Amino acid sequence: MPEPQTAEPLLQVRDLKMYFPVTDGMLVQRTIAHVKAVDGISFDIMPGETLGLVGESGCGKSTTGRCILQLEKPTAGQILYHGADLNRMGRAELAAMRRKIQVIFQDPFSSLNPRMKIGDIIGEPLAVHGIEPNSADRAKRIAELLTVCGLSPKMADRYPHEMSGGQRQRVGIARALSMKPEFIICDEAVSALDVSIQAQVINLLEDLREEFDLTYLFIAHDLSVVRHLCHRVAVMYLGKIVELAPCDELFDNPLHPYTQALLNAVPVPDPTIEAGRKHHLVKGEVPSPMNPPSGCVFHPRCPVAVENCSGPVPELREMRPGHWVACGEVS
Amino acid sequence: MGAKTSAAINDPFLGGDISLASLLEIADLQVQFFTSEGIVRAVDGISYTVDAGETVAIVGESGSGKSVSALSILRLIPDPPGRIMGGKIIFDGQDLLGLDEEGIRKVRGRDIGMVFQEPMTSLNPVLSIGRQLTETLEQHLGTNREDSQTRAVELLGLVGISEPQRRLRQYPHHLSGGMRQRVMIAMSLACNPKLIIADEPTTALDVTIQAQILELMKDLTRRLGVALIIITHNLGVVARYADRVNVMYAGRIVESGVSADIYHRPRHPYTRGLLKSVPRLDQPRGERLIPIVGHPPDMTQLGAGCAFLPRCPYAVDRCQHERPDLELVDDGHSSACWQRDELDKGAAA
Ligand SMILES: Nc1ncnc2c1ncn2[C@@H]1O[C@H](COP(=O)(O)OP(=O)(O)OP(=O)(O)O)[C@@H](O)[C@H]1O
Ligand SMILES: Nc1ncnc2c1ncn2[C@@H]1O[C@H](COP(=O)(O)OP(=O)(O)OP(=O)(O)O)[C@@H](O)[C@H]1O
Ligand code: SF4
Ligand SMILES: [Mg+2]
Ligand SMILES: [Mg+2]
Repeated sequence: MPEPQTAEPLLQVRDLKMYFPVTDGMLVQRTIAHVKAVDGISFDIMPGETLGLVGESGCGKSTTGRCILQLEKPTAGQILYHGADLNRMGRAELAAMRRKIQVIFQDPFSSLNPRMKIGDIIGEPLAVHGIEPNSADRAKRIAELLTVCGLSPKMADRYPHEMSGGQRQRVGIARALSMKPEFIICDEAVSALDVSIQAQVINLLEDLREEFDLTYLFIAHDLSVVRHLCHRVAVMYLGKIVELAPCDELFDNPLHPYTQALLNAVPVPDPTIEAGRKHHLVKGEVPSPMNPPSGCVFHPRCPVAVENCSGPVPELREMRPGHWVACGEVS
Repeated sequence: MGAKTSAAINDPFLGGDISLASLLEIADLQVQFFTSEGIVRAVDGISYTVDAGETVAIVGESGSGKSVSALSILRLIPDPPGRIMGGKIIFDGQDLLGLDEEGIRKVRGRDIGMVFQEPMTSLNPVLSIGRQLTETLEQHLGTNREDSQTRAVELLGLVGISEPQRRLRQYPHHLSGGMRQRVMIAMSLACNPKLIIADEPTTALDVTIQAQILELMKDLTRRLGVALIIITHNLGVVARYADRVNVMYAGRIVESGVSADIYHRPRHPYTRGLLKSVPRLDQPRGERLIPIVGHPPDMTQLGAGCAFLPRCPYAVDRCQHERPDLELVDDGHSSACWQRDELDKGAAA
């Protein structure tokens, strides 16, 4: 397990597990199994740091985020924020903490109330938490937030369905910022944006990070964006962290076979290079988190797997300073 | 205004031999939304063709009309507030805009499969995954319950979903974002379509699955001659999979050509900006990204000049008053920019 660093981490996740019960039966529901969405992961995030979280669809990235946000009650493990366990906090304390932790979601449409105007969506938390009780001040703040996020203040009067996907995503960012958070979980926050706006929003996230000392957990599947924005990156596979390293180290010297496959699969924006490049597709299906493979969860799809890989679960080992990998074949 | 003229200029095939028909021909399509803020010209006279087995990518600014133009092909524009104002959409010899409701319903989901941008809003939340798949099969192909059940399992396997039997009994909210998208793709493939329109099909997916799914779609185009229109923001995906690219801005196609031309000799400032603003894994990590400055235009306030003007580093006087049409700059390569020739010199330097 990664050792704690010298300064105090903002967030510490310790052996986090989130198992969803799978039920069966028509009248009497009984639990027949569990989906091990997150299966014993640990990591720290330092203040001001951006930790990237990448990995297979369904590997538990969003669930990790939802546990930190207290939107799910973890099956086991601890989530320490400023050293205090979120799972053990009283309601009032938790509510205060939760204001400092905001989220920008993956799907901008389903996360915005369709019957509310954009201005009210952004302004609601300001009113509810009494941050801007005066409606004129609130309107000014809403206009400011819209502008900061590259939208016209006029758009406060629109409804979500009257905006494009990209415009809606920027509303999500404006809403998250309205609470003046210190920690933001970005769950595929820029994936729905076209690249010219994506570059602006990435620069915006970087600027906001500087300006307000923000810390990010950056969940994304676009590895080029992750490389650009993150200080460290954790690679998840089927509920587990398989590799964790400083950003440049991970991209220059990936050690886990899954990470290597992941990097190889990224298409480069150049048709000539692409025409001459062979993709090594990861074979096989994504195993079910309900019934994960024994040993290393990647072994059934791994190009270098040996017999031992289905044996004991490989632990994260520090192969180079700060570079952790869970694979018995790496030496 | 000037719809006919621009169509004739925009669209080489209109003047030529229409009998050498493409699978899909779109000519001077115009779609508007009538909103409280005014008229949004979401699609403002676009024309393009797609041949059987071909992959055409549509890239472009957020809000530029990519989804609306794709939804128009299946006549899925909500009316009100939207309306298809003009143009022609000929698919497999059929005029889609002329079909009645019954007729277009038969095309949807059978001859043309569609993968939507936001899977959660397009999957029915109260129907199980299995029921949604079998319903499509029963409705369009008259398949019986048992066969459609078997086919549904097969389809889920095809898009890489483990334990398809169990997944069939689940509901959309049980699935991760990526899995929902794969279910959508399975549904679009269900009735062996001739054309698949995929609107951001892999945005929510991680790259190994993205590569598998795109290889799968690409394979279908090669083996079965299925045509693919793919809308994406991922310029890497476009570089790898598209035969041709249409670049959209403010409701129009501003550049169009084969992929190599678009990437290596872009002839529109917007395309250039796009290519410069992506971080790339094959290049050293840069300090800061170079976005295109400014914001996309307010689509209700488009003036007489070029819509890209406020953000354009190459603008000249003329750009203010006259809107450039899409014109050939090279074989199969067109640009809608007054500086299209200047840009070529720039590229050579
Ligand atoms: N409420 C729930 N009930 C049952 N299973 C769930 C629930 N929420 C998530 N899961 C399952 O947990 C696993 C992890 O899901 P999660 O959404 O965290 O994945 P993800 O890594 O964010 O994937 P994606 O990249 O596709 O968004 C998946 O197998 C998913 O089906
Ligand atoms: N129902 C609607 N009512 C009013 N305006 C709409 C509606 N749907 C779309 N529009 C407008 O039409 C234009 C084109 O929208 P469209 O969804 O096609 O954009 P897009 O190119 O797909 O963008 P994105 O990349 O963000 O998905 C936008 O300016 C949008 O605001
Ligand atoms: S026409 Fe003028 S403003 Fe428009 S893209 Fe070309 S140079 Fe720029
Ligand atoms: Mg997710
Ligand atoms: Mg769209």
